[in-house]
Amino acid sequence: MVALAACGGTTRGSDAAEGDGGGGNERSANPDAEIQEGLKIAFLPKEIDNPYMTIMDEGGTTAVAETGGEGKAVGPSDASASSQVSYINTLIQQQQDAIVIAANDPNAVAPALKDAMSQDIAVVTVDSDAAKDARHVFVNQASAEEIALTQVELITKQIGGSGKIAILSATPNATNQNAWIAIMEEELKKPEYADIELVATVYGDDDDQKSFQEAQALLRSHPDLKGIVSPTTVGIAAAARYLSSSPYKGKVALTGLGTPNQMRQFVKNGTVTEFALWDPAELGYLAGYAAAALASGQISGAEGETFEAGKLGERTIGADGEVILGPPTVFDAENIDDYDF
Amino acid sequence: MRTLRWEAVLLALCVAVLAYGAATTDGFTEQGNLAFLLLDYSEVALLALALLPIVLTGEIDLSVASTLGFCSALTGTLWEAGLPFETIVPLVLLAGAALGAVNAVLVVYFGLPSLAVTIGTLGLYRGLAYVLLGDRAVTGFPANYRPLATDSIGFLPYATVLVLVVGIGVALLVHVTPVGRSLYAIGLNTQTARFSGIRVDRVKLALFVLSGALAALASLLYTLRYNSARADNANGMELVAVAAVLLGGVSIFGGRGTVLGVATALLAMAGLRNVLFLDDVSNEIQNVITGLLLIVSVLVPVLFKPRRTKDAPLDKSTSDTGGDPGGGRARGLRGDHEGVGRGGG
Repeated sequence: MVALAACGGTTRGSDAAEGDGGGGNERSANPDAEIQEGLKIAFLPKEIDNPYMTIMDEGGTTAVAETGGEGKAVGPSDASASSQVSYINTLIQQQQDAIVIAANDPNAVAPALKDAMSQDIAVVTVDSDAAKDARHVFVNQASAEEIALTQVELITKQIGGSGKIAILSATPNATNQNAWIAIMEEELKKPEYADIELVATVYGDDDDQKSFQEAQALLRSHPDLKGIVSPTTVGIAAAARYLSSSPYKGKVALTGLGTPNQMRQFVKNGTVTEFALWDPAELGYLAGYAAAALASGQISGAEGETFEAGKLGERTIGADGEVILGPPTVFDAENIDDYDF
Repeated sequence: MRTLRWEAVLLALCVAVLAYGAATTDGFTEQGNLAFLLLDYSEVALLALALLPIVLTGEIDLSVASTLGFCSALTGTLWEAGLPFETIVPLVLLAGAALGAVNAVLVVYFGLPSLAVTIGTLGLYRGLAYVLLGDRAVTGFPANYRPLATDSIGFLPYATVLVLVVGIGVALLVHVTPVGRSLYAIGLNTQTARFSGIRVDRVKLALFVLSGALAALASLLYTLRYNSARADNANGMELVAVAAVLLGGVSIFGGRGTVLGVATALLAMAGLRNVLFLDDVSNEIQNVITGLLLIVSVLVPVLFKPRRTKDAPLDKSTSDTGGDPGGGRARGLRGDHEGVGRGGG
């Protein structure tokens, strides 16, 4: 292989022009520019029938309506890597002012998004980023720190600051979950958490049945367990279902990341007191405002620029064009009925 | 005669779709959009061209899109390993041909039905693609080759030029060479073809290998176009390719069909998809429309053809003597043979 590579062919890394394809789409920003009326802004979810995506896009079209623009959501019925590309072409032909996309594959959509950018269309990625040079702004949920620390705070409070806890995660190689777990482990080493012992991290593979069984097995092997953290919506719902029908209900704390609709009954019946998640509607809402600000020339996607995001207030663009929604929302018996997703 | 009429219907459909798009839909006739319309169907077109000769012999290859997926994953794996792209291209084409050969061996030498074999390899090859890459994506393919899969001269993408070259090649093979005539003979009646000295096994073997190689070619196009090698690339594309072949007037039982028909069907489907996209028609409705179109396309020829000529004529001489009662009898007999053949298989 090395010999072949040395023969002067085109190999990985030998390609100097790599990543240069997207030149010429620098936008200029005038912080005093008004948000234009009647902007056409399209939302392109990972797949059209995914409830999480639907709520996000509804948040986005609400924001666009508030700016006096015209928002719509279109998208593929499968979340494959390439299925969004036809839609991007369509949106270019329809001369939309901005495209807000949750990318299924960061690279597969990049050439099409660069095409859009070269035709003066503002490109915002939301929830799932595309290649950095193929969008102006990325609206991200929350930083990994915030997500991890919120969960540590919740479980500490729920078990009264001491005892054994375990983590029920998604798959062993899930990027997001592993990043959060690493931060949680680091945080738990601090002196203020000396009385808390993380005894196990198990994987339910984001499969309802497997997660249920893993929760069951956790309590069999650690009968003195005080709490479970499940940083995945599938895991927390399955664990809640197990606990609610077991003698551990109300005795073993459960928290993590879940959706209000899945968790409502377990909050109401006392299995779960508090859990967290970012609000996808707000995520889409923020992306809608970012798109309007970009399309109006108020921002260009450079670090340090600011824009008004309706009810979310003023937001600042961070490094790499990233805008962060903020700490996750904590749901409990008080507020859970205000959310429907 | 009848197939020619069907191609005229398809051509009219094409013109109707294009005219509708041009008249009602903003941006449809823009150069960029027309180029995209063609580009977006280039891989489907290659798979359909791979399928056509196989379907003419009465067989099918449902593993084409999975072969594409495997070859894409292989391209990614080799690229990651540091091989030059110039070396990867022939290796991937060979791998595609090898996967086609596996199908061929199972169908030809073990005498298994191609439908069952290639449903099996549809799952198998896709599974092997996941073994290679898992759910990862390999990217960063060379910027000096990528434009070949993405760029156009005016409204004509380079990829479409490639498709045209392959299309002309397949047309010559099917419609001009003696091998091509033997495909129709095999499709109409394998036994008769065998008795008349056609090397049925060898022909089918070659067709499956060709199909694998064309799927590999499509995989290179796909991988470069999206700059992303993934195991799930072109998932489900075999159904679009089969739809194009059937809409193109090719008989699923073999023995009837032309490259022109398939080409026209591809253009009509690509145009229709593009117009529906631009009109913001949802995916579900698009599927309904293309599904209905396909059903109509197989139904219409059945409804409007004389009962006695239910099976396509064996060759020109019988079709010329179509009015002759003797010809009708001969066809009836052939129909019986076919029934026996299929029941036995």
